[in-house]
Amino acid sequence: MVVSTSSSLDTAALRADFPFLEELVGGRPLAYLDSASSTQKPRQVLDRMRAFYEHEYANVHRGVYRLAERATEGYEGARRTVATFLNAPSEREVIFTRSATESINLVAYAWGLQNLGPGDTVVITELEHHANFVPWQFIASRTGASFRHIPIDDAGELQLDALDDLAREGSIKVVAVGLVSNSLGTINPVERLTAWAHEQGAIIVVDAAQAAPHRTIDVQALGCDFLALSSHKLCGPSGIGALWGRRELLEAMAPFNLGGEMIRSVGLDRTTFNELPYKFEAGTPAIAEAVGFGAAIDYISEIGLPAIERHEHELTVYAMARLEELAWVRMFGPPAERRAGIVSFDVEGVHPHDVAQILDWEGIAVRAGHHCTQPLMARLGVAATTRASFYLYSIAEEVDRLVDGLHKVKKSLG
Amino acid sequence: MSEFEQLYREVILDHYKTPRNHGLLDPSDAVAEGQNPLCGDEVTVSVRFGEGDVIEGVGFEGRGCAISQAATSMLTDLVKGRTAQEVALMPKEELLDEIGIPLSPVRLKCALLGLGVLKVALHRSKGTPLPEEWGTSSGYISVE
Repeated sequence: MVVSTSSSLDTAALRADFPFLEELVGGRPLAYLDSASSTQKPRQVLDRMRAFYEHEYANVHRGVYRLAERATEGYEGARRTVATFLNAPSEREVIFTRSATESINLVAYAWGLQNLGPGDTVVITELEHHANFVPWQFIASRTGASFRHIPIDDAGELQLDALDDLAREGSIKVVAVGLVSNSLGTINPVERLTAWAHEQGAIIVVDAAQAAPHRTIDVQALGCDFLALSSHKLCGPSGIGALWGRRELLEAMAPFNLGGEMIRSVGLDRTTFNELPYKFEAGTPAIAEAVGFGAAIDYISEIGLPAIERHEHELTVYAMARLEELAWVRMFGPPAERRAGIVSFDVEGVHPHDVAQILDWEGIAVRAGHHCTQPLMARLGVAATTRASFYLYSIAEEVDRLVDGLHKVKKSLG
Repeated sequence: MSEFEQLYREVILDHYKTPRNHGLLDPSDAVAEGQNPLCGDEVTVSVRFGEGDVIEGVGFEGRGCAISQAATSMLTDLVKGRTAQEVALMPKEELLDEIGIPLSPVRLKCALLGLGVLKVALHRSKGTPLPEEWGTSSGYISVE
């Protein structure tokens, strides 16, 4: 089949930035189709982190010596980069965390324990990643709040007509929703949910881990109250993520972790907390990782989020058309117009783990499993799916290799 | 000029060794204290107002590095005779010009500690705006 995508990106040039593609598997570069799980790292990010460790590294904030100033400038510069990336009103509202998961836990614990109680309702969605599901389930059970979900339809899209029933049921205090589903790629109508949450007097917590790498995020346009993202899904290092939150909410919240750095003064009988954002950053942070996070944002911003999004959309349309040709493959999720670069599917009669195993022998990396969305898998009536996901370095040829590989899967096990 | 002379210029050392307006006022109309969590500098500032919210007297006590204490001393000279509102809106650059030395981001916090504390005192008694970095964010743990 002729490759029919007219990519918005110069993928040949971009692929040269990624050292992992230089390693050949069976004479060919790995067809890495698992970017929704984690992305590969370009030289620009790796070089920046190395240079930082070699020339600018010291602990941050405290040191009077010039090397510590440079380290602090690197770390705080990364914070400004994240703030700009999200169009946050202030960089003080950007807190570095270990991951998007930790960002959500921070809100669930620090905001949830303080503000939830019996009679209150926490609303999540049936699509949620466990990271934006389990913390809320736990805090709801700890505080006596009810835990409800927005259901999905068969195409994996939120059933918004269920909102009225939810609103009648109880006093909704928090709505937690992912911007893009990691399992199906569904793009959720967050602006609409934000308006609804605020009508209920609730706050809305947005998990943007799966969205931020692929589309422009503007927290002011979204109107949300908290937004979580991670670095490793957008070409940056693992071990660092960020939480953006409205200043007045962050200021009213108790700290999440306690210790050094987050204090203003400590006494035997009284300890006062530091100002934002440091109040939420106890301990020595992931300094070089923050710098790498910033470098990754610079890297993808220079390419341009709209161009990345278009490229992934073209690949998704192409992949869905090619998988459509296979009568024994069943795809899950909404049409390409309302999904990000993720295609989840089932090969008739073959367990996803076996699919992934055979594809690996063909030099194709896909994800097989429940994708940390067990309630969604239950709703779809499957134990697991096989998932192919794309990023800026993905190309149509890899989709063709996936399809060829699936034919082998079908022939050997189907 | 050596780096030492640039930072610890004579006027800084003079204010450090012989602070102006040292000691808290009694009685006073407003008091506030603050710390710099980075290095543990402490400053307490007290203020007395005359007619029309004009700062008639100001006194401070503190413990910390030469920059933090000298800057607070210079600040007290600077603000006497001005209204609470004027001082609340005073840009930090005015004090930094007076200090007149190159300051790294960490030392900047030392230099601006006294100004922040003074603005908190004015806020408490006159409701004037707080500087951004001295919002209500801190909170505390207290144990018996």
